Amino acid sequence: MPQEFKLILKHLDNPGYTPDIECYLRHGGYDALKKALAMSPLDLADGKKKTPQEQLRDEVMKSGLRGRGGAGFSCGLKWSFADRRSGKPIYLICNADESEPGTFKDRQIIHKDPHQLIEGMIISCFANDVKLAYIYIRGEMPKGAKLLNTALKEARAKGFLGKNILGSGYDLEIHVHRGAGAYICGEETGLIESLEGKRPYPRIKPPYFPAVLGLYMCPTIVNNVETLCNVKHIATMGGAEFAKLGTPNNTGTRIVSLSGQVKRPGYYEIEVGKATIGQLINDPAFGGGLRPGRSLKAVIPGGSSSKVLKAGEKFKLKRKVEGKDVEVETDMLDLPYDFDSLQQAGTMSGSSAIIVIDDSVDIVGALANLSEFYAQESCGQCTPCREGSLWMSKTLHRLTHGGGRKQDAEYLAKIADNIPGGKTICAFGEACSWPVQSFVAKFKDEFVAKGAADEERRAKEAATGKKELAAAPH
Amino acid sequence: MSFTVPANLEAEIDELITHYPVKRSASLMLLHALQEHFGHISPEATQWVARKLGLQPINVHELVTFYPMFRQSAPGKYQIKVCRTLSCALGGSHQLHEHFCTKLGLDPHAHGLQTTKDGKFSVEFVECLAGCGMAPVMMCNEDFHEGVSTAKADQILGGCK
Ligand SMILES: Cc1cc2nc3c(=O)[nH]c(=O)nc-3n(C[C@H](O)[C@H](O)[C@H](O)COP(=O)(O)O)c2cc1C
Ligand code: SF4
Ligand code: FES
Repeated sequence: MPQEFKLILKHLDNPGYTPDIECYLRHGGYDALKKALAMSPLDLADGKKKTPQEQLRDEVMKSGLRGRGGAGFSCGLKWSFADRRSGKPIYLICNADESEPGTFKDRQIIHKDPHQLIEGMIISCFANDVKLAYIYIRGEMPKGAKLLNTALKEARAKGFLGKNILGSGYDLEIHVHRGAGAYICGEETGLIESLEGKRPYPRIKPPYFPAVLGLYMCPTIVNNVETLCNVKHIATMGGAEFAKLGTPNNTGTRIVSLSGQVKRPGYYEIEVGKATIGQLINDPAFGGGLRPGRSLKAVIPGGSSSKVLKAGEKFKLKRKVEGKDVEVETDMLDLPYDFDSLQQAGTMSGSSAIIVIDDSVDIVGALANLSEFYAQESCGQCTPCREGSLWMSKTLHRLTHGGGRKQDAEYLAKIADNIPGGKTICAFGEACSWPVQSFVAKFKDEFVAKGAADEERRAKEAATGKKELAAAPH
Repeated sequence: MSFTVPANLEAEIDELITHYPVKRSASLMLLHALQEHFGHISPEATQWVARKLGLQPINVHELVTFYPMFRQSAPGKYQIKVCRTLSCALGGSHQLHEHFCTKLGLDPHAHGLQTTKDGKFSVEFVECLAGCGMAPVMMCNEDFHEGVSTAKADQILGGCK
């Protein structure tokens, strides 16, 4: 039986658990930080010493932790790229912009257990010799920003933050920075521009890799809220122990945001890969199945930008059986919920947000909804993304408002195919194309039928002179 | 009309500026602080921020026009933001938006910001508010509400004095 495994969510929904520091301390809070600051240099065989910072970074590397923000990039590797030779300060930014549609996990941590995030951040900053760090929180979480500010104040008062933390000689300051309603601020280089007080126009990579030329053109580490919380647990249990959670190359736990048409939507923490998509949707411990009388139509597995999975779709997954690589045919519901399996199925676990769509839903309308989001949120720097996202949205708008054409499906696919693949500055280009490419390819009949029905109706209207469709509103 | 920032707010703002090694970084936080106080960002407020941070007014104005949360004119006293995006749409957020608009005499088909004639309420659709599991979700000023039925919506309106 698949089960929840609460590492990060361990306390936060327990009755009586409050976001203040006293409560956090009663639950062993800041012990991991104390342990990290008390580490001594390790003698190496060659007579050299390994600093506590290097040891911590090694533990994170050993843990196999992959970023929880969307791309699933190795946290240890990301940290190792931070340019430590430039002589410039290294900055760390917590990405608390949480705005990928479907995702609502960071919100829980920020509002119910802010000290867990702050402790994870302090340890991460210590490990990377960071002296100044920011939490970039989306503008629409004003209460969250206040809670974090209060928590930072409490941590300062207890000596966990500020000058000479717990007598270790280590200084660190963390500030809260609020966004103002733009999705693109979640993209790390857009976020950095925004933190510099500018429009959040993403920067082109190369050369602007944050690890080298980030905030104020200094080396910068950007990590998601959940990723930084994990660092606290790695510091507590050690990288090797953490790596035993989850499955190989997909270690630790993940908080899955489950929304859409299931009986029990919500956030569920699992060991990565230890539950399948089907279990997350149907098991009583998780989604509890669809509403009575409904059947599954589609699943968006990793936030709105991930490619949709169609009910009944089958994939060939590479698996090791008795040491041999074999391909196993796997139904979409039986895909283990982890980074690698979803990638093999041509999609991604992204921000680990599952949106469930049942047979009552007009799939064309669902895509129109998502495309409107991307058309709204494109920052407008790159022509393919700015124009393409708007064209797709306009085409889908007419297709859902009586103005469709038979060839709209092909038209949409053509636009979507011309945006990604290195033609844009940031991955938003991919993010706005993938839903369109996958919805149209996998549900092509419905798109074509809709356009054909509109054409037929319009032809009839032209012949009879009578309007059949009341003017569609919005 | 003279534009004055009260001394305690200016002190708060001066403190915010110390959070950054480069003053310009504070612009979003300053705009938030001024908008919270004045309700919107007037041209005078833009100029004030620019002077405070040693920037050209255009450097600040381009933020006000880009970031959706900043307003160039006063919205209603109570700002209702209903989530438009997929999970909430599946959970009835479009019906919720329509309910607010009908109730308050606004156009239920307009997505953008609309304000009632008495200036008491604004209603608008916004994108995913990171509460998708409790659809439909909305905000009324700083308060976040989840699982908002029409009955709950009426209660929220009733609480706006
Ligand atoms: C369009 C776009 C939006 C993004 N939004 C977010 C977001 O809201 N939160 C987040 O943590 N990462 C977001 N990311 C991913 C970040 O760019 C970055 O990879 C991440 O914060 C790194 O942290 P991690 O390695 O801990 O996952 C977004 C990326 C793109 C391309
Ligand atoms: S891909 Fe889109 S969002 Fe990204 S920089 Fe270009 S225009 Fe902006
Ligand atoms: S879709 Fe409405 S909060 Fe995410």
